[in-house]
Amino acid sequence: MTTRIDTRFAQLKREGRAAFVTFVMAGDPDLATSLQVLKALPAAGADIIEIGMPFTDPMADGPSIQAAGLRALHAGTTLHKTLDLVRDFRKDDAATPVVLMGYYNPIYIYGVDAFLADAKAAGVDGLIIVDLPPEEDAELCIPAMKAGLNFIRLATPTTDEKRLPAVLANTSGFVYYVSITGITGSASADSAAVGAAVARIKRHTDLPVCVGFGIRTPEGARAIAAQADGAVVGTALIDALQKTLDADNRATASTVGAVADLVAALAAGVRGAEQAAE
Amino acid sequence: MNQILPNSFRSGPDERGHFGIFGGRFVAETLMPLILDLEKAYAAAKNDPAFRAEMDGYLKHYVGRPSPLYFAERMTEHFGGAKIYFKREDLNHTGAHKVNNVLGQIMLARRMGKQRIIAETGAGMHGVATATLCAKFGLDCVVYMGAVDVERQQPNVLRMKALGAEVRPVTSGANTLKDAMNEALRDWVTNVHDTFYCIGTVAGPHPYPMMVRDFQAVIGQEVREQIQQLEGRLPDSLIACIGGGSNAMGLFHPFLDDSGVAIYGVEAAGHGLSKLHAASIAGGKPGVLHGNRTYLLMDPDGQIEEAHSISAGLDYPGIGPEHAWLHDVGRVNFLSATDTEALDAFKLCCRLEGIIPALEPAHALAKVADLAPILPKDHLMVLNMSGRGDKDLASVAEHLGGKF
Repeated sequence: MTTRIDTRFAQLKREGRAAFVTFVMAGDPDLATSLQVLKALPAAGADIIEIGMPFTDPMADGPSIQAAGLRALHAGTTLHKTLDLVRDFRKDDAATPVVLMGYYNPIYIYGVDAFLADAKAAGVDGLIIVDLPPEEDAELCIPAMKAGLNFIRLATPTTDEKRLPAVLANTSGFVYYVSITGITGSASADSAAVGAAVARIKRHTDLPVCVGFGIRTPEGARAIAAQADGAVVGTALIDALQKTLDADNRATASTVGAVADLVAALAAGVRGAEQAAE
Repeated sequence: MNQILPNSFRSGPDERGHFGIFGGRFVAETLMPLILDLEKAYAAAKNDPAFRAEMDGYLKHYVGRPSPLYFAERMTEHFGGAKIYFKREDLNHTGAHKVNNVLGQIMLARRMGKQRIIAETGAGMHGVATATLCAKFGLDCVVYMGAVDVERQQPNVLRMKALGAEVRPVTSGANTLKDAMNEALRDWVTNVHDTFYCIGTVAGPHPYPMMVRDFQAVIGQEVREQIQQLEGRLPDSLIACIGGGSNAMGLFHPFLDDSGVAIYGVEAAGHGLSKLHAASIAGGKPGVLHGNRTYLLMDPDGQIEEAHSISAGLDYPGIGPEHAWLHDVGRVNFLSATDTEALDAFKLCCRLEGIIPALEPAHALAKVADLAPILPKDHLMVLNMSGRGDKDLASVAEHLGGKF
């Protein structure tokens, strides 16, 4: 099975550059603005789009993404509406991979089989579910693979050599290396340590390795992109979006442009990176 | 359809931490290696006679165990039915059952070489117990507490501070226990290398529900011996309040295979089950939160709903996974008591027994008021008096308009 994610990484490999992966929250600050933001991302330089599925209790996220999730929920976002958003995005874009990222409970309540079928039909390519480690693979990972969706696993600084094979076993699409022990947006990634960690993971897998948590600037993105197959930026984009909102957390005329401008700057950083020899 | 019942109700969890479909290890990868380490360390400690002996020593000389099993004579006369005993966990050092579990976990943290302890707390009793044992063993202690709970449980905030703990008020979500647990998990993910998370109830990822249960089971084990001495037989029924459910599990677990013992868990019905409440069995359905699958209060989209209870210790939208399973297999009967019923029971207990109960066990007492009068006089009922009510006096006074 080849997904849009596999195709995109093959294409980037031919171009000799790393992927720029953007994270935005579905329905932040409202569903209509969120769709405009999504549509602006590929043109601004996003190679892969991660869309957050809002959840009331995001235990691995820092204050920015927590607040984004609450804004989305207050605006009436549900998992069904998140899938609608992907469907609408797909009307104009058949190529950019879309990965849904979030927590398990809303999917469990939706119903695993129904969710996977609907997600696939909407044009979703992969899933990142923070609170499903390999120990719980039977829940969603295995069914997702069978449904033709990539299940992208998080590897972390605490994932040691012994555990890495188990983490990688049912991973597909790419490996998401969490560059810090901590929550999203809380600390800066150290590119030297990241390089060593990516090399360690690559000894165990042929999958692309993307790095996230702690990348905020074009320089940071460039440094990470030189060490990995992709750099993920989330909190910085959410912060840029949040700064444009009015006092009632409503979108303003500058909201979509602010996100697109930062994506363009970060994408230039990623494209400026020279990739480490493989 | 007949459900296939297990040979024993006491054999769970399985090696992956499941009680039926409940439990499990739904945590971020960052935490997973530590949780596996913890499981190994606990298994080794459990089988180490020196660990057990040291713990028994502290339970006796520091906590003050065994706690009495007290015949509540006037309460019994008042209801005119079942003979009512209180298991006096309120007389433990720190004033609640929480210390039994904290002692075990802190001893384990020391074995694992962890110097920094974090905890979440609702009513503050778990926070106080954690602060107490950290002081005793010279460990750093950070307690996460919802900002709303910081307000309504001031005496316990002061106790924790006096004991040297740092209390961090949490201002996300509804600012109560659920949010404190989220914040503690975020701290743990960030400081995983040197930090031990001392969870206060029989919930969270495996092995916590099992481990906390084992540490609390001393309650039921003592009751078995004490009631034999007092009455020459086992009780006919047990009753305890349930938020996460650690005091209840501690009392229930040693009796689960005694089919003659009826078991009642009492959830907090808040303003009533059709309004705001904290009864996750009565009003929730199975879902995944805070590392385990269990009954949760949530909306149709799977978003977790805020619980409500007058009692900060019961103000949580979930319940321990083993309780969820015991409900599904029908071994434990789950009831619920409203804020008003708990307040009435609180007042009654003060006046009739000279015991100021915490608002948490006052919920269980409220259901004793329903059950006891219609039971025969030779029916032996044991209620877990899980904590003392000093911490609640200000909020009770406010609810009662200053008139006790």
